[in-house]
Amino acid sequence: MSSPGPQKSLQRHPLAGWLMIAPAVVLIATFLVAPFVLAFGYSFTNQRLISPNPTEFVGMRNFEQLLGIGVLTLSPEVDEAGSPVRDDDGALQYPRVRDYTRNNPDYPHLEGMREWFGWNWGNDRVLVLARDLVFMKALTNTLIFVAVVAPVQSALALLLALMINQKLRGINVFRTIYFMPVVVSIVVVSLLWRFIYDGRNGLLNNLLEFLSFGLFQPIDWLGNPDTALWAIIAMSIWQAVGFHMVIWLSGLQTIPVSLYEAAEIEGANAWQKFRFVTWPGLRNTAVLILVVITMQAFALFAQVDVMTDGGPVDSTQVLVFQAVQRGYEQQNIAGGSAISVILFLIVLAISITQRYLTRERT
Amino acid sequence: MAAVTETNHALKLTGRYALLVAVALIFVLPILFMVVSSLKPDRQLLSDTSSFAAFLPVGDISVGNYFAAFDRAPVGLFIFNSVFITVVTVVISLFLCSLAAFAFAYLEFRGKNIVLSVIIATLIIPFETIAIPMLMVVNSLPWIGAEGLQWGWLNTYHVQIVPFLADALTIFLFVQYFKDLPKELIEAARLDGATWFEVYRLVIVPIAGPVFATAAILKFLIMYNQYLWPLMVTQSEQFRPVMVGLQYFFQLNTAWGEVMAYLSMITIPVLVFYLVLQRAFIASIASTGIKG
Repeated sequence: MSSPGPQKSLQRHPLAGWLMIAPAVVLIATFLVAPFVLAFGYSFTNQRLISPNPTEFVGMRNFEQLLGIGVLTLSPEVDEAGSPVRDDDGALQYPRVRDYTRNNPDYPHLEGMREWFGWNWGNDRVLVLARDLVFMKALTNTLIFVAVVAPVQSALALLLALMINQKLRGINVFRTIYFMPVVVSIVVVSLLWRFIYDGRNGLLNNLLEFLSFGLFQPIDWLGNPDTALWAIIAMSIWQAVGFHMVIWLSGLQTIPVSLYEAAEIEGANAWQKFRFVTWPGLRNTAVLILVVITMQAFALFAQVDVMTDGGPVDSTQVLVFQAVQRGYEQQNIAGGSAISVILFLIVLAISITQRYLTRERT
Repeated sequence: MAAVTETNHALKLTGRYALLVAVALIFVLPILFMVVSSLKPDRQLLSDTSSFAAFLPVGDISVGNYFAAFDRAPVGLFIFNSVFITVVTVVISLFLCSLAAFAFAYLEFRGKNIVLSVIIATLIIPFETIAIPMLMVVNSLPWIGAEGLQWGWLNTYHVQIVPFLADALTIFLFVQYFKDLPKELIEAARLDGATWFEVYRLVIVPIAGPVFATAAILKFLIMYNQYLWPLMVTQSEQFRPVMVGLQYFFQLNTAWGEVMAYLSMITIPVLVFYLVLQRAFIASIASTGIKG
């Protein structure tokens, strides 16, 4: 044979190669890449699912609508003498917000906005207004959800992994049990926990009442704006923590036993072994888990859809739920796509930051 | 002295097991509650929640709730739909993804690396962020079926299957596995005159059992538990899977016994499957860990 390298020429088969990857490539292009690109495209238009009118390019209007916020500083009302007006309780009186946000030619940038939150600054009242209040609540709730779930769930998962990593008889039984909720659909879990959290006959209230000998006052966990998001957070962690426990566990098992033996000889205690042997060995796993949990947490949808529908008073609105409400329920593809694009950009930014931060340290 | 350390050791061991059991209860009790409640009439179900009877199959136990659930909703249809969609998707996607991964792992051809990098890059796109534009895509695609050419895929089986036939994670799992297989096997088969497809089918597939199991379990869990997508694309009952079928049980005065019966019916088979194959299930999830 005169060919330069038989091994190379054996494998150089463009036709076979392309034929074999073609089905997968076409499918991924159509159902992953195209929708992804379209999400960006639609977010600059007024596209609807079905519409008699032609689609128009609207530039940044969807994003301005979603992200528009304004600050309004209100000074207390003063009487003719120039001293502030107080009501019967002695509270200062402020002008009405809607005088600024409705047809006020002096404040065109606040037109149509609604009060989001505010605080007192001396005698003045500072208000932050949002053009799309529901979206802003969805954005903040999603960020709270991620900010709580990512660290708490990864820490608990590590704790469970350390427990499961002990050399004890029958330990695999516990591993199997801790992982069990992961294989149960989050939709099933959400409906089950809706009953557990129920305000009147719920298992959680009744058990707490039983365990506290009747001292505990029942709470409508999902019906109260102060507890609803936290109830969803607790349940979500319960369901998914086993998933990340298993990833931590496979990280733990890559740490050579000889390192622990060496630490033992040096007289290290349990904490020192964790701090100087286990933890350094888990750095890559830690990054992976943070990225995975963060991405999963941003995708929060089923829990809200099954348990609360975004309520009460928008306290559990989240981004994916809003994207679906607009894109599907209201057939406003452009609005839903704009929210999707914002969501994707946040996920991208966070995963780049997480990778960058951890790369620098090593 | 020896006796003291021995009791000390036994105490420590008991403590460890006590902690393990306490944590296990947190994970088991809600699921146990679901199954046990499905066997109780509504009134007893509610009164039992105020004691540990909530977790015990005591009192008036029957499968009446299961019959009632079948009366309330076409449960059999939903289960058929879910099983059909899941099985078809798992089988076809395993074939397409492993075939593509085979080419990516062993063949040299122009553009291979770029295509593979793009596929891997799509791992960072959560499905939830493309669901809305995907609705536009499937709404404007043609399909040739029994009734001839039709436009728009909404309310069909294929709208729940075709978009999930190829995904980056499955391809990636196969590529990782294939890369570690001995190349000599392939070269020997090629010298014997086997075509590339024959190499794939006769040499690689028979020795790739573990990765097929991993990929099948992951895909099974994802497909069976789909919720957002079927919710959006199946307005008509005929094509709905079990998770969307749950909506028949959301009512103002929820009949919790029936709800628990339905939840148990769609969950217990998966749990049994998991308990039988638990090593493989856990290995599948752990293997997504290579992703980083």
